[in-house]
Amino acid sequence: MALKIVKGSIDRMFDKNLQDLVRGIRNHKEDEAKYISTCIDEIKQELKQDNIAVKANAVCKLTYLQMLGYDVSWAAFNIVEVMSSSKFTYKRIGYLAASQCFHESTDVIMLTTNQIRKDLSSPNQYDTGVALTGLSCFVTPDLARDLANDIMTLMSHTKPYIRKKAVLIMYKVFLKYPESLRPAFPRLKEKLEDPDPGVQSAAVNVICELARRNPKNYLSLAPLFFKLMTSSTNNWVLIKIIKLFGALTPLEPRLGKKLIEPLTNLIHSVLSLFIVKYLGLLAMSKILKTHPKSVQSHKDLILQCLDDKDESIRLRALDLLYGMVSKKNLMEIVKKLMLHVDKAEGTTYRDELLTKIIDICSQRAYNCLWYISILVELTRLEGTRHGHLIASQMLDVAIRVKAIRAFAVAQMATLLDNAHLLTGNTQRNGICEVLYAAAWICGEFSEHLEEPMATLEAMLRPKVATLPGHIQAVYVQNAAKLFATVLRGQEGAPADSTVAQETSQLLIDRLPLFVQSSNLEVQERASCILQLVKYIQKLQQKDVEVAEEVTALFAGELNPVAPKAQKKVPVPEGLDLDVWINEPPSGSESEDEGRKSKGKAVFAKDESRHTKPRYTEVDEKELAKRREVRKAEQANNPFYIKASPSSQKVRRHSVSKPNPSPSFSLRLWMPMSDQYVKLEEERRERNKADKKKKKDKKKREKGEKGRRRRGDSGPESEEDITPAHMVDIVTEEMPENALPSDDDDKDPNDPHKALNIDLDNCPLMDYQVVVSVIFENKCDSFIKSMEFNVLDSLNSKLQRPDGAGPHDGLIVPFQLPPGISNEARFIFSVQNIVMPQKLKGTLTFIVKTDDSSTHEKLDFKLHFTCTSYLITTPCYSDAYSKLLESGDLKGCSLKLEGVNQPFHHLLARICFHHHFSVVERIDSCASMYSRSIQGHHMCLLVKTADQTVSIDAKCDEPGLLGNVLDEIKLTFSQC
Amino acid sequence: MQFMLLFSRQGKLRLQKWYVPLSDKERKKISRDLVQTILARKPKMCSFLEWRDLKIVYKRYASLYFCCAVEDQDNELITLEIIHRYVELLDKYFGSVCELDIIFNFEKAYFILDEFLLGGEAQETSKKNVLKAIEQADLLQEVCGLCPR
Repeated sequence: MALKIVKGSIDRMFDKNLQDLVRGIRNHKEDEAKYISTCIDEIKQELKQDNIAVKANAVCKLTYLQMLGYDVSWAAFNIVEVMSSSKFTYKRIGYLAASQCFHESTDVIMLTTNQIRKDLSSPNQYDTGVALTGLSCFVTPDLARDLANDIMTLMSHTKPYIRKKAVLIMYKVFLKYPESLRPAFPRLKEKLEDPDPGVQSAAVNVICELARRNPKNYLSLAPLFFKLMTSSTNNWVLIKIIKLFGALTPLEPRLGKKLIEPLTNLIHSVLSLFIVKYLGLLAMSKILKTHPKSVQSHKDLILQCLDDKDESIRLRALDLLYGMVSKKNLMEIVKKLMLHVDKAEGTTYRDELLTKIIDICSQRAYNCLWYISILVELTRLEGTRHGHLIASQMLDVAIRVKAIRAFAVAQMATLLDNAHLLTGNTQRNGICEVLYAAAWICGEFSEHLEEPMATLEAMLRPKVATLPGHIQAVYVQNAAKLFATVLRGQEGAPADSTVAQETSQLLIDRLPLFVQSSNLEVQERASCILQLVKYIQKLQQKDVEVAEEVTALFAGELNPVAPKAQKKVPVPEGLDLDVWINEPPSGSESEDEGRKSKGKAVFAKDESRHTKPRYTEVDEKELAKRREVRKAEQANNPFYIKASPSSQKVRRHSVSKPNPSPSFSLRLWMPMSDQYVKLEEERRERNKADKKKKKDKKKREKGEKGRRRRGDSGPESEEDITPAHMVDIVTEEMPENALPSDDDDKDPNDPHKALNIDLDNCPLMDYQVVVSVIFENKCDSFIKSMEFNVLDSLNSKLQRPDGAGPHDGLIVPFQLPPGISNEARFIFSVQNIVMPQKLKGTLTFIVKTDDSSTHEKLDFKLHFTCTSYLITTPCYSDAYSKLLESGDLKGCSLKLEGVNQPFHHLLARICFHHHFSVVERIDSCASMYSRSIQGHHMCLLVKTADQTVSIDAKCDEPGLLGNVLDEIKLTFSQC
Repeated sequence: MQFMLLFSRQGKLRLQKWYVPLSDKERKKISRDLVQTILARKPKMCSFLEWRDLKIVYKRYASLYFCCAVEDQDNELITLEIIHRYVELLDKYFGSVCELDIIFNFEKAYFILDEFLLGGEAQETSKKNVLKAIEQADLLQEVCGLCPR
C-alpha cells in the first residue's frame, strides 16, 4: 500500500502540470491540435488514477483546454469528484472547473446537491466561499430550490466574507426559484444595514437589481435607501442607489423633491467619481419630468457641467438644460449655450448643442427678432450637419411672423451677399442649406428689401452655380421674383427706361449659366425665366410698362399650413375613402400616378404661372433623378412647416412598417403616473386565457388599421404620401383601445417577470417551513415510486406544484437501492405559528424484489413544534437591550430543577435544540435571542445556581413564548 | 453582467467567465463573433458598442483586451470601472501583470475574479479585502499541499 502511494507521487512528478501544458501548446504552434489530442489522452489516463492530486491536476488542465474551445463535457463526473475532495487545494480547482464547464443541461449537477450543501456548512469559510462562487455560475432551478434555505442561513453567517457572498448569490437563486424571494426578503432587507460595508454593498446590489425590474414592490424601501445615500461614502454603492432612485421616482413623485438636495451635494463634491456625476445628472433629468421647479433652481450648477472635460457629462447636462428652459431664463440659457458653441470641440457635441439650441428656441422663443439673429449667428458654424434645420427654422419664423419680416429679409440679404463665407471650403458643407432659406425669404418678401438690385446681383453671381442643385433652383426662381420687384421700383421712378432694360440685360447675361446646369430642375426653371425676361426686354424696348404684369405673376400670399390641417378637413358625407377610385393599378403604373399627383400638389402654384412643358417621355434614369430633386424640394418646401428631414425619415419609416407595435408608440408619450401603476395591477389580475384573447383581438385590430391607412393615402404608393398627410405619428399609429401593458415588450421567458412579487402588503401572508426528510431503505429490496402525502390542516398546507389537487401526493425524486438513504425536502406553508401541531401523512411506495413488486404504505406523523418556527438569528447586545427597553415584550418565566450539567452545555443545548443564539454571557448568567419566521422577537435570560436553572423570557407573542418554554422544559426533562 | 472575456490581440481567448447558463456551442459562437468585432475596431473608437441586445464594454490593456457584456439598462461606465478594478487587482497580485502571468496562472486569475465579482455583480469594492481573501485562501492551499497524502 505504502509503495503504491510512493509510486503515485513519483508518477506525479513526471505528469505534466498546467504550466507544462501551456508551455507545450506554445511550443507546438504548427501542430497544436495534434499535441492537444495527445495531452487529452494523457489526461484521460490521469483521471483513471485514484490519486486525487493527479485528478485535480488533470481537471485543471482540462479547464484550460475548455477555454481553448475543446469539449470536456465527458469529464463532468471527474470534476464532481475533485469538487468533493476534502482538501481545499483540490476543491478549489474542482469548483473552478465546474463553474467554467457546467451549464443547466449538465446532468451530473444533480449529484452535487449534497456535496454543495456540505461545503456550504463547512467550518472553513473558504470552503463555503468557493462553493458559493461556483454555485453562482451553474445554479439550476433544482439546485436553487434545494439550497435556497442553506444559503438563506448563510446570509446571517458570522463572517462578513460569507455573508456578502450569500447575499449576492441570492439574486441568482431568486431568478431560478422565485418562490424563495418572499421568505428571504426580510433578511435581505436587514443586510442593508449590515455593519460590514461589503455586505451592505452586496445587499444594495441585489435589491437594486430586483427593484429595477419591478420598482413598485420596493417603494417602501425608499426611506432606507435615502438614508444610505446620504450616509454612504462608497461610490459603488452610491451609483447603484442613484440608479435605483431613477427607477423609483416615476412611481412616487414625492421622492423627486427629496432627492434634489443630496444629488446636488454629490455633484458638488470633488471626491466623487465622474461616473457619479453622470448618473446624478441622469437622475435629475428624471426628476425634472415630475418636479421641474426643484431642478430649475440648480441651473447654474448644471451650466457649470457644460464646462466639464468629459463629453458624456456635457451631453447629459445639455439634455437637462433643454428640459429646464422657461420663458424667463430662455435668453440667458441660450446665450450661455451660444458661448459654448464657439468653444465646443468635436463635431458631435457641437451639432448636439446646435440642435438643442434650435429645439429650445423653436418651442419657446417669444422674441422672434432675437431668434433670427441667433439663427444667423449659428450659420457661422462650419461643418455642421444641421444647415437644414437652421434653414427650416428661418423659413418658419419669416413666414409666420409678419412683424419681423423686414428684419429677417435684411439679415438674409446680408447672408446672400456674404454667401462666399458660407460656401467657402467644401461642397459638402452642410451650412450652405441656409442659403436656400435666405434666397427664398428675399424673393418672397422682396418688398422689404432696401436694395433689391444689390441682392438680385448677389443671387446671380457665377459662384452660385457651385451650390447644390436644389438651392440653385430656388435662387433662379426667386431671382425672377426679385426681378419683378426691381422692375416695379425702376418703372415707378421717373428715371429713364434704360435702367430697367439694364436689369433685364443682367438676367439675360447671367441666366444662361443656369440653363446649362446639369440639374434638371435648375435647367427647367432657368430656361422658363430666360424666355420670360427676353420677352419682357422686347416689350421694354417698345417702351411698354411691364412691371405691373410681371408682379402679377407672383401675386398672392403664401400662408403657413399647419401639419395637421389636412386631418381637420371633415370628410364630406357620402364619400367613402376606403373605396378604390380605379382598380388598384399595377406596381409601375401606381408609381407613375403617384408622382403625378405629388407633382400637382407641390408645384400647383408654379404650374399656374408658367406653362411648364410636360415631359411625356423621359428615360428611367432621369425619372429617378427628378424624383430625388422633388423629394428634396418637398422637404424644403416652405409650405410644410415642419418637414425637417429627420421627421420625414421617421414618417417614412413608420409607414413602411405596416404594424408598428402599439406599445412602442405608447411608450413615447405615456406619462409614468399612478395610472400606469393601476394598469399594471389590473394586468396582473388578468389570467392567461385572457391574455390569449387579447392577442387575437390585437391581431384583428392591426388588420383593420392597415386597411384604414391604405384608404387614407388612396392609390398612392408609400413614398408618395404628401406631407399634408403628416400627422402626429404617435396618435395615428395607435389602435383606439390598445391597452398599455408591458406584456408585449417583455420576453415571456424573462426570469425577472417571475420576481414581480409584492413584498409589502400581502393580507394572507403564508410563512414557509421546509421539512427535510431522510428516507433510508433498511430492507434488502429496491424501493421506488415513493409518494409523499400529508393531510393538510387549516393552518398548515403542503405546497404542491401548480395544477395538483389539494390531496395529491408529491413524488419523491429518487429511488432507493437497499441500504441507501437520501434526503428530500418538502415545503409547508403555515399561517399561525403560535401553537405546535401534528400533521398526519402517508408514504406509498413500491418494493421491488427480483421476481415481484408490491405496493406498500407507511403512515407517519409530522410534529411541528413551536421551536421549528424559530430561526437562529444573531443579535448585537445594544440592539438587544433596546429591544428589552422598548416594553413591547411580555414576560414569562420558567424554573428547571435538578439540572446538573455545566452552564455552557446547557446554553449549547438551548442553542442547538431551540434555535437560539447567545447575545452575551457573564459568569452564570446569559442572554439569548431568537426570532420567529413571522418576526417575533424572543429574548431569554438564563441564570443558574445550585442545579436550578431559571429562565426569564420575553416575547411579543405570549402564546408562542409559553409553548417554546414548554418545549425547552421537555428537552431538559428528557436528559 | 452577462459574461467577461479576456483575449489577446491575436484573438486568442485568455479567460472567460459566463454568468448566464449557455451551452458550449453558444458560448463559442458568441466569443468568436465578439473577438472578431472588437479586434476590427480602431484604437480611438469608443469603448462601448451595442451588440445583439447587449451592451459590450471593452478596454485594451497592453496586448490584452478585457471585454464585458452587460444588459441594456446597465451602466457602461461602471462596467469600465469594474474592468479597471480587475486589472488593478491582477496587477497588485502578480506585480505589474503581463499576458504571460494570466496564461500560466490562469486559475489564479479566475480566483481573483471570483473574489471580486459574484454572479456578475461586484462583490467586494475594497481592493485590500479581495487581495486579503486571495492570500489567505492561497495560504490554506499551500498548507494543504504540504499535508501528508
